[in-house]
Amino acid sequence: MKQWERPFGRSKPETVKGEVKIVEDRCKGCGFCVEYCPCDVLELSDKFNKKGYHPPYAEKLEECTACKLCEMICPDFAIFVIEKEEEID
Amino acid sequence: MSNKKQHILEHPMDDLLRMDRIPHIWCPGCGLGSDVAAFADGLKRAEVDFDKVAVVSGIGCTGRVAGYIKLDSYHTTHGRAIPFATGLKLANRDLTVVVFSGDGDLFAIGGNHLIHAARRNLDINVICVNNFIYGMTGGQNAPTTPLGAYSSTAPFGNYEAPFNLVGITAAAGANYVARWTTVQARRLSQSIATAAKKKGFCFIEVVSPCATVFARKNKGGTGLDLMKEFRNRTVIDHKADPTQIPLTMDDEIVCGEFVNREDPTFWENVQNGIKDQVEKNADWEKIQSEKNKRLYKKTLKYEGSRDIG
Amino acid sequence: MIKKSKLRGEFFMQGDIACAEGAIAAGCRFFGGYPITPASEIAERMAYRLPLVDGAFIQYEDEIASMAGIIGASWAGAKPMTATSGPGISLMNENIGLGMMMETPCVVINVQRGSPSTGLPTSWGQADMMQARWGSHGDYGSISLSPNSPQEFFDLTIVAFNYAEKYRLPVFVVTDAVVGHMTEKVVIPPVEELDIIDRKYTNKKPADYRPYDPDDDLIPPFAKAGDGYRYHSTGLTHDERGYPVMSEECQRRCAKRLVDKIKKNADDIIITEEHDIEDADVVVVSYGISSRTVIPAMEKAKEKGVKVGFLRLVTVWPFPEKQIRELSKQIKGFVVVELNLGQVVLEVERCAAKHAETKLVGHPGGGMHKMDDIVNAILEVANEQ
Repeated sequence: MKQWERPFGRSKPETVKGEVKIVEDRCKGCGFCVEYCPCDVLELSDKFNKKGYHPPYAEKLEECTACKLCEMICPDFAIFVIEKEEEID
Repeated sequence: MSNKKQHILEHPMDDLLRMDRIPHIWCPGCGLGSDVAAFADGLKRAEVDFDKVAVVSGIGCTGRVAGYIKLDSYHTTHGRAIPFATGLKLANRDLTVVVFSGDGDLFAIGGNHLIHAARRNLDINVICVNNFIYGMTGGQNAPTTPLGAYSSTAPFGNYEAPFNLVGITAAAGANYVARWTTVQARRLSQSIATAAKKKGFCFIEVVSPCATVFARKNKGGTGLDLMKEFRNRTVIDHKADPTQIPLTMDDEIVCGEFVNREDPTFWENVQNGIKDQVEKNADWEKIQSEKNKRLYKKTLKYEGSRDIG
Repeated sequence: MIKKSKLRGEFFMQGDIACAEGAIAAGCRFFGGYPITPASEIAERMAYRLPLVDGAFIQYEDEIASMAGIIGASWAGAKPMTATSGPGISLMNENIGLGMMMETPCVVINVQRGSPSTGLPTSWGQADMMQARWGSHGDYGSISLSPNSPQEFFDLTIVAFNYAEKYRLPVFVVTDAVVGHMTEKVVIPPVEELDIIDRKYTNKKPADYRPYDPDDDLIPPFAKAGDGYRYHSTGLTHDERGYPVMSEECQRRCAKRLVDKIKKNADDIIITEEHDIEDADVVVVSYGISSRTVIPAMEKAKEKGVKVGFLRLVTVWPFPEKQIRELSKQIKGFVVVELNLGQVVLEVERCAAKHAETKLVGHPGGGMHKMDDIVNAILEVANEQ
């Protein structure tokens, strides 16, 4: 099984990585995604969207494990995650 | 580059939402959008045919759900979503009928319909979003407003004992009863998927934050603050007795799947009832014709002797 | 499942049962109702008949639910019906408005009792005529048929289904406890001889379908739940897509069409029955059970030398305005005979204004008009200068 392969220099097992997509103009700045992201990837930005709210941005994108909780808890359908394709060497 | 841009616009729930109507009318910090997302996710998990799903809503903030979900959707009168859904289901038994409405709509004006639908064990799913207040009309008292909570029509604090929604439906005879808060999005979505596949009356209460009126009237902060509070107060206990877990201002919110039984549904009972009759009455038409002919002959004599004038 | 859809032949049948048989013959496969004298027999018959023809019967918890339920059933593609009396109609009115706004084909039977309020449950009246027209709030066109015998109760129930399906709205059959509880000869013709109209379904693809986009006849084609059209329907003011739009312009389009679709098709809808009106000086206008008391009174007035005609309204709404207007120019006056204290007479007065006099022979219900009252009214109108 792949999980057992731990080459030197790697401290963590390989996990699925996610890419957070934010439809900024749908956001109403409620902060649900920032609060409930289990890996604390998201942060509210200082900039304004079309409606005058502060949309989130992925501050620590490398932490994202594509659990998609933000996608589900966002009340405005403004955030979603796509699983990063594995890079094959 | 253009490819990437297109990617951003296509949210994975877009196929189940009426994108031409988004942004929706719900306030920032309202939990309804999250509940709709959980519903869409739940339907996908259940792997039902979306063309065979109908959503019926009543009136109010939650009543607007039907308008945003891209399925056969009906936005009916206040409190009457359940009888409407009953008609839909009984006239086309292939449909999965979901009633998505609020606590005021389902338990105040529509309370009678709800308990009777549960009693009949009609094969419909009811998702009741409980935000403890009437949101759309401006924060008036609801049948779920906890004792002591403030609302537009309870300026000195609510003095009416609230309903315990899961207790009522479990007692009325529902096949499946669950309670979640908006915070437990995944469990809620799983519950919705279970209900979509289950026969009989399924009831899911979703405790949801109302930032604009409930939080404001009760110094609850923002929608996010309410969500944090729900999370802190939630205890998950599937074995809890649904009649013993009312919601209050400060006590714990007991969540879980409290009832999960397999009682026969209304339509199954109808089919059982008429099974023998259908055979017995195979020549019903003929019998009726002859019986009536005999009666008619008698009365012709009678009518003949009457002066119609 | 066996499909014994209808009876045929001659029967000695109660009005309410004839109504239920008419519904079955018209293709009704959903009944939602609540017991109420004098309409319970319709529900009882439907409870017996529907399961055997693969239909659904449900006795709801109240009339509000019954009306909401038949609207739901109609959206699932069934031809639905409910039956009640005045107090039930009062409860149904909110959802009758919903049916009008969502343009839902369904049939509502009102077997009238003496009223107001609980009134005379086991007795009759005709005091719900204006309620049938204006019962729910707002402007909408409405159709009401008024039978005066069990045979007609059977026939008009079928016509009501046809109108409901054709014009997409709740159609009323407004009769009374006398017709409902009267037992008479009813002839049920073979199925091939019946004229049954089904609603117009869309032939568009789901992507192009807009649920409230009307054809030239002002009626939008229908799509039922579960066919993949995934449309939205609402009681709010809506545009052609069925989406709520809160604007004056949309309100005009949406509400006006509900009135216009009946107004423009009024000539197709209106059914009247005429007796001797060609050279009449006085025309008696009546409908429902009171029309049966008119015939002997007419004969008596004729014996006294009055040229009297009789116009029976089979459809009371839409009101036959054109016919009354034309008649009013030829005659001295109208006598309106009805079992209420003046409802349809207002419409006759409105149409006959300036040309002919209108006299009401009213009755509060619970009994029948005395023949002499009608004769005297005819003579009074005939002898006035």
